[in-house]
Amino acid sequence: MSQVLDTPPPTAPPTDGDLAALAARYGLAVSGARPSLPEYVRQLWARRHFITAFSTAKLTAQYSQAKLGQVWQVMTPLLNAAVYYFIFGVLLGTKRNVPDYVPFLVTGVFIWTFTQSSIMAGTRAISGNLGLVRALHFPRAALPISFALQQLQQLLFSMAALVVILLCFGVPIAASWLLAIPALVLQSTFNAGVSMIMARMGAKTPDIAQLMPFVLRTWMYVSGVMWSIDKLAKGHHDWPSWVVPVLQANPAAVYIDLMRYSLIDSFHASQLPHHVWALAVGWALVAGVGGFIYFWKAEETYGRG
Amino acid sequence: MADIENDKIPTVVVDGVDIVYRVNGTGAGRGSATAALNRMMRRGQTEKAAGVRKVHAVKNVSFVAYKGEAVGLIGTNGSGKSTLLKAVAGLLPVENGRIYTDGQPSLLGVNAALMNDLTGERNVYLGGLAMGMSREQVRDRYEGIVDFSGINEKGDFITLPMRTYSSGMAARLRFSIAAAKDHDVLLIDEALATGDRSFQKRSEARIRELRQTAGTVFLVSHSNKSIRDTCDRVLWLERGELRMDGPTDEVLAAYEDFTGGPDKAKTKVAA
Repeated sequence: MSQVLDTPPPTAPPTDGDLAALAARYGLAVSGARPSLPEYVRQLWARRHFITAFSTAKLTAQYSQAKLGQVWQVMTPLLNAAVYYFIFGVLLGTKRNVPDYVPFLVTGVFIWTFTQSSIMAGTRAISGNLGLVRALHFPRAALPISFALQQLQQLLFSMAALVVILLCFGVPIAASWLLAIPALVLQSTFNAGVSMIMARMGAKTPDIAQLMPFVLRTWMYVSGVMWSIDKLAKGHHDWPSWVVPVLQANPAAVYIDLMRYSLIDSFHASQLPHHVWALAVGWALVAGVGGFIYFWKAEETYGRG
Repeated sequence: MADIENDKIPTVVVDGVDIVYRVNGTGAGRGSATAALNRMMRRGQTEKAAGVRKVHAVKNVSFVAYKGEAVGLIGTNGSGKSTLLKAVAGLLPVENGRIYTDGQPSLLGVNAALMNDLTGERNVYLGGLAMGMSREQVRDRYEGIVDFSGINEKGDFITLPMRTYSSGMAARLRFSIAAAKDHDVLLIDEALATGDRSFQKRSEARIRELRQTAGTVFLVSHSNKSIRDTCDRVLWLERGELRMDGPTDEVLAAYEDFTGGPDKAKTKVAA
């Protein structure tokens, strides 16, 4: 590399006037600057078709190499439920004091998986798609939202399987099944919000993606996915009085129990925490709005290596 | 800036820009767990101690591009051309300085948004939407994109997954999608002539069309010939610094001297 030793040829002197003033005079905008919050929402809305197309594309691409193809959308959650049934229902005998244990367990696993995979996908939404972030211009919140939407579509497949399981185990169809819809809407908002929070953190510190599986597993075990918080508390009278309300008020438990209450006739309202719908709405609003603003605040920094 | 003529309207103003990449996991003793732990313990200290290496890709670059100009960016590999282009597009944050633009400049390319496991058809929609086209726009231009790519010349390939395409076919489809949108400020990073001879001709013609509709064009290329054909002004970047900025002939002559004699091998596209 003798080239670098050459003295540079005389360069045309850069225009050393005030470039910023020139830009201002012609109304040029700073490239890559963060838009205002209303403007950001507007941009995001303009990209709604991209968000849905991207999530559907991801979902379809997921199993496109498998021989069974899209059948895996339903098979994967069913196999998951079977594993948990074997361990908790058969080996550990958790089912003894829970009526309709299989519907109880499967609902818990599906609803929990929805939150879990949304958060995991959200953590990698920016850091795993740097190519996209560095090549095209779009509001970055489109990525975590799109991944959360992909998980929602995945959940809808699972819910179809769940309906079959419920009917097989003799759970009657009831009007309360309709409550599943608002519960899912609230949970999706919560998931998307947490995804956005994790996306920003994961973009800054990719190591979080390594840590999340442990955090999520702990969260799963305290949220009553495969056991009933209510029933377990009855066996532990020595627990301080605040433990059960806190466990029951955690967002994962709230959404899981709401879904069980909607779908399973033997799961009674008395097993729900007080003000359960207020909790569900509250968590959705706090995570959804808070997560969105938190994500937007760092909009211009995404894409740095 | 008293010397600016009134009829020249600036579209891109780059004012003293530095761009720095930070790379994790380098520095002394990388890879060993104790070294990583050591770095974490010393987090409060300088970034170098924390094992972050900084790569100063673009150093204090300033220029103004005007409406109707076609600006070439040249320089040896790793001199910061593509990085600067991405910063102009607002895709890479700058460390110091500011970049002002008229409207939203866009890079020509959608590769990153496409998925190999999906059919060509769905990729056309996905790529179009990713570039910010509306569903109606994509639908209107769909036929045009597929015809232009010539994917269906040898049978119904557009309904097959993209992973089954030959590399040339995939490149043609990618270019066709990317070139389907009109831009105010268009940034082109090499990748000009892909595919076979007939497709190269078609894509060159399409680039010329895009250039006429766009306000300002930036072209990064290692082909001095395509720079000469396309651009009336050239910026020469070397090791992140703006080494020369002037009329195409002047800068290219100096660049050819620098890279060792007049351009022979390089008249072929180096993409």
